[in-house]
Amino acid sequence: MTRQERAQADPLQRRRIPISGVAGLMVIAAYLVVALFAPLIAPHGEAEIIGQALLPMGEGSLLGTDQLGRDVLSRLIYGARNTIGIAALTTALSFLVGGSLGLLAAVAPTWLELALSRIFDALMAIPYLILALVLLAVFGRNVTALVVILGLIDSTRVYRLARATAFPIVVSNYVTAARIRGESRSWIMFREILPNIIPPLVAEFGLRFSFVFLSISALSFLGVGIQPPTADWGSMVAENKTLIIYGSPAPLLPAAAIALLTVSINFVLDWLVNKAGGKQ
Amino acid sequence: MTPMLRAIVLRLGSAALTLLIVSSLIFAALEMLPGGFAQATLGQAATPEAVAAFNKELGLDRPALVRYLEWLGAAAQGDLGVSYAGGSGSARRDIATLISDRLYNTFFLAAYAALLAIPLALALGISAALWRNSWYDRVVNTSTLAAIALPEFFVAYVLIYCLAIKLNLAGALSNVDASTGFFEHLKKATLPALTLTLVILAHIMRMTRASIISLLDSPYVEMARLKGTRPAKIILRHVLPNAWAPIISIIVFDLAYLISGAVVVEVVFVYPGIGQLMVDAVSSRDMPVVQACALIFAVTYVGLNLLADIMTTMTNPQLRYKA
Repeated sequence: MTRQERAQADPLQRRRIPISGVAGLMVIAAYLVVALFAPLIAPHGEAEIIGQALLPMGEGSLLGTDQLGRDVLSRLIYGARNTIGIAALTTALSFLVGGSLGLLAAVAPTWLELALSRIFDALMAIPYLILALVLLAVFGRNVTALVVILGLIDSTRVYRLARATAFPIVVSNYVTAARIRGESRSWIMFREILPNIIPPLVAEFGLRFSFVFLSISALSFLGVGIQPPTADWGSMVAENKTLIIYGSPAPLLPAAAIALLTVSINFVLDWLVNKAGGKQ
Repeated sequence: MTPMLRAIVLRLGSAALTLLIVSSLIFAALEMLPGGFAQATLGQAATPEAVAAFNKELGLDRPALVRYLEWLGAAAQGDLGVSYAGGSGSARRDIATLISDRLYNTFFLAAYAALLAIPLALALGISAALWRNSWYDRVVNTSTLAAIALPEFFVAYVLIYCLAIKLNLAGALSNVDASTGFFEHLKKATLPALTLTLVILAHIMRMTRASIISLLDSPYVEMARLKGTRPAKIILRHVLPNAWAPIISIIVFDLAYLISGAVVVEVVFVYPGIGQLMVDAVSSRDMPVVQACALIFAVTYVGLNLLADIMTTMTNPQLRYKA
């Protein structure tokens, strides 16, 4: 049986987008809507105290109140905006730094390329979370430090990809032509090479975002990331963690919100990777 | 020198160089402290005399390079310095003593999780490759894809909620200490170990499946199939021996991941490991402890990655014999 025949015989492979991919796309879209329109959707304010502390679900509000009497549903909705927004900003910084340095390494003299790669390799030899913890201990616990630190740590991964994908392009005829024409190094980096490495970088963006998002949530959960009173899913889990001993699923809600988004992103990426693989 | 020995020696040298750079980065973190270590410890209101006295007492007035070499030399001999959380004078705690028990606990947990995860992941991966494109394969594949993306604390709290609270099968907290016996320790570490197992299981399983499937199209497998060999025998006897290299390297890579993944899990279960110590030290900005923990994590990580590379080299037949 050839590949096509197998695909036709199999109802799941015949469908153009797998169910998991469709579901993933819908979840991501819903999260984006909630994050963008949080103030319109949330019934109460982010830090607004609406009544007694720790009201159970359904009393006063759909999901009850937290340890300070704030509405859990509203905090979850604002949490989407804060957590996703900060993760997106961090990923953007990571691509800006890692992408530029990766391009620079591809066109730079050998000694500079070697020095850059050696430093980035050493940074990657320290586990991601551990390096973030060391730097957060040094620069304090605030959102700016968190974004800059995670953005820089993550840029090591983007650097590698940008450099590796730019290398075959550097030796191509049109880059040589531009060089002979006397174009500047930055022209070659951003006008000749960059447009050609955009597709793999875009595919990587989703993966890096979900990684950064998980790291920010983990650090906030550990109490060294996003600080209260900002509503954020990681710290919401930490704030409510003792409740689980009493049989309340309260810390599971924000944790599930994180899990659902990262699982959806992975489903969509898996579908895109399979699609790209099928073409070759 | 055989090509393999040469490759291993080169790799050892590169790991040593990496560790040197890594240790200097960790050391440099302290130097980057805004206002210096004295200011951060004594507070903004400290007089210049107090800062100078503090720096002199700790030897911080000497050049950074000298202090780095001393720190490295002492760490290599097992002396990790003293923690500053306990005030001054004799109340300061020796970091090596502070860490040794916790280091044992963390390795205990990681080893426990590895013993659960590796056999299970291999079994799932091989069976998924054997029955590939079946419903079984698809279910295993999709659920492990989802499992990879789950945050550790979500898995941990779901397990606590279901197994400890609703079914009352295990305790929700893993409060062990030096007096806890081995089997009691094993029992209390079960939930954290299960959490870590779920986290790395998916990775190893998918890699096992992928490396087996990538070999199924090769001519020698085609030959075995034409001879009429049963599919299970093809995979176990012909494909698996050639697929070991990537599988072993992903297993060791995941072991390295276990060490840092344990940080979050230890905090959830209040398990006294080195990860929890590090998080506490970050919160109180106890820099010597942060540096010591980071150094241990980095050495373990680099060491395990080195092991993975060496094992991959040794399973490569092209490097095993002189060309």
